[in-house]
Amino acid sequence: MSETGPPPRAIPRESLASRLIQAVAGLLDRPMAWIQRAVGGRGMAYVFLAPNILFFGLFVFLPIGINMAMSLTGGTNLFLSERPFVGTDHYRSLMQCGSYLDPASCREDHFWKGVSNTLKFTLFQMVAMVGTALVTALVLNRKIRGRGFFRAVYFFPVLLSPVVVALIWKWILQRDGLLNGAITLVGGEKILFFVEPGWAMFWAVFVSVWAHMGFYTLILLAGLQAIPADLYEAAEMDGTKPMRVLTRITLPLLWPNLVVVLVLVLIKAVQTFDEVFVLTGGGPGTATLMVVQYIYETAFANQVQNFGLAAAASMLLGAVLFALTMLQLWIARRKAA
Amino acid sequence: MNRRHWLAGALVAAALASSPVQAQTTLRMTWYSDGNEGEVMRDLLNRFEAGNPGIKVVLDTVPFKAINENLPVQLAAGQGPDMARIVDFGGLAKFALDLRPHLANAGYWEQNFGPFLEWMREPGNTTAIPGYMTQLTVTGPLVNKTLFEQAGVAIPGPKATWEDWARASKAVADKVKAPYPVALDRSGHRFFGLAVSQGAKMIGADGLPAPADEGFRRAAQLIVDWHKAGVMSKELWGSVSGTAYRGANEEFKNAQVPFYLSGSWQIAQFDKTVGNAFDWIAAPTPCGPANCSGMPGGAGVIGIKATKHPAEVAKVMDFLASEPVLSEFYARTLFVPGHIGIAKKGVAYQGASPQAAAALKVFGDAVAALDPAAYRIQGNAYSRIVFNAAISRLGQAVAGEISLDDAIKRIDSDVAQQVAERNKK
Repeated sequence: MSETGPPPRAIPRESLASRLIQAVAGLLDRPMAWIQRAVGGRGMAYVFLAPNILFFGLFVFLPIGINMAMSLTGGTNLFLSERPFVGTDHYRSLMQCGSYLDPASCREDHFWKGVSNTLKFTLFQMVAMVGTALVTALVLNRKIRGRGFFRAVYFFPVLLSPVVVALIWKWILQRDGLLNGAITLVGGEKILFFVEPGWAMFWAVFVSVWAHMGFYTLILLAGLQAIPADLYEAAEMDGTKPMRVLTRITLPLLWPNLVVVLVLVLIKAVQTFDEVFVLTGGGPGTATLMVVQYIYETAFANQVQNFGLAAAASMLLGAVLFALTMLQLWIARRKAA
Repeated sequence: MNRRHWLAGALVAAALASSPVQAQTTLRMTWYSDGNEGEVMRDLLNRFEAGNPGIKVVLDTVPFKAINENLPVQLAAGQGPDMARIVDFGGLAKFALDLRPHLANAGYWEQNFGPFLEWMREPGNTTAIPGYMTQLTVTGPLVNKTLFEQAGVAIPGPKATWEDWARASKAVADKVKAPYPVALDRSGHRFFGLAVSQGAKMIGADGLPAPADEGFRRAAQLIVDWHKAGVMSKELWGSVSGTAYRGANEEFKNAQVPFYLSGSWQIAQFDKTVGNAFDWIAAPTPCGPANCSGMPGGAGVIGIKATKHPAEVAKVMDFLASEPVLSEFYARTLFVPGHIGIAKKGVAYQGASPQAAAALKVFGDAVAALDPAAYRIQGNAYSRIVFNAAISRLGQAVAGEISLDDAIKRIDSDVAQQVAERNKK
């Protein structure tokens, strides 16, 4: 009989880790038990939620509260304690209009011009974004050669910073940019894209769609891949025409994803600032001035930094975004139901 | 480790704690550069630090936009630097440190920076010494001489009017296919470089801004008419919104502009970047019905009230504003001096090409021709409010969004609203 017995069994790593966790958790047993006795079983839920609530309170709700307070004060001082209370003066200034359909009749005409431009931009961008993303997703869902490559190519601009995107396109579109170079090469006249209001809005929408389409395409692609293949097989066996397959099978089953994309695009479009600001500077004139740019300029770029007025404008914008977010939540719940 | 080791360690720690290195005061200066002035300032600060080992000055170089937009917020939050190079003297006066109690010789400062100290003080204050001028600037035209020669058009003479220059520049641009016959930086200060010669006064009897006078209207009408006639391109004034600054220095460097209204601060830059590509000259400010004056301006370094080291800040400022140091600074940066003593003696500019030296002479003469109204406008605490309102609304008129009358009404109401907001206590 050998003196050496069977080799000792290696302790699995999981076992070590779990022991360690148990040891640490054991340390918490007593304090947790004490807290549970103090707050009761139901109260424990709030104890576990507390870190998140604290985080949101500090970085979301507190700034909203400060912004609200700021909107009710005037002057140029930064600290609330040094700012005089002006009540709803800033809100009244913003809402003072001869006609809401004519920004020029409003006291804060740039704010309403921003609202009008943002609405236009949102409408054009939503149609273009959802349409392009849908077509791209439908194409990428087919078994085409280089499908993986194209998926990556369409998604790549999403990874770029909005400022980089805007600068690239600015270089392409300026008087001596690539596009005008190409136009003159084929004998055309240079086009001053940032001097014509129509062109400026077109390019603002185009660049935004180019930069973000990949993300929405991905959501729609996921939706398309979730549609059971046997439905298409059955349609094929019945000899259904492709357009009918699209309108009777694909689009109805993709509808929940489409609605999510629509709402996300809507919220993002209302918040638009950086890309358009760098690309067009809000011009020509105020043709592409958006609400968020108005808020930024009122608070920081103007000589008198009117934090109160900017805060009031951002509260109004916040209310609109809140309504849109509620809409998204409602749709998501309906989808889940 | 025995007791003796502990004792030795404690002695070394005590010696380190009391050494000059530990006692060093670090000051921060926020700075922007148009040309080489950042390098020159760093060089001068190195010299100061060598002579004053207890003080270290960190130069934080930021874009010009940050000086006007971010610095005021920093200062309002009490988080600013110890010193800063600024241009909006009136707007930032409330954050400026009064150096007087800490200066070695306050009389020197009053004697040499007197008129400019008024720009830097809060309204009603007649004694504070907040800082010194890193440069005096004056607006004026820079002309691409080569383009005029290629087009065979004579360069207008010293007493030529704005209309003469507009006609000549358009003729040049048409012949040589230059896209910007006349370029004016999209800046309220530059606009007033035209408006003063048209008779603009900007300030009412009560000292508050009253921008829409006859001179202002004439200048605004010229801007709108020149855009309609193709004398100015909409790309500068019409293509962006709000108070955004747009300069035409890149276009001038690329020989696309026969006549560029900018100012003396461009000389060093063009001397370096244009090189031998074409000949350029500075021309005297064109004349309007009121005078042939441009606008003065400038940048200066001020101490910041919130500093924890006012005595050290004053020591740095005393060094930088001293005549030999400042004279060297102006000479190396090709800046028009903002120091009365140095201006009288003249500056021996270093490394300036003949055309840069000639341009400096023209701008130096232009300072002598400045109208008193131009100084009053520049020194008014609300001037930048008017400058910004002017470019924002005239930009809309140029783009064809609103009429000139509506633009002027809006300028009046924008200025009134912002003045009221600033004065809310």
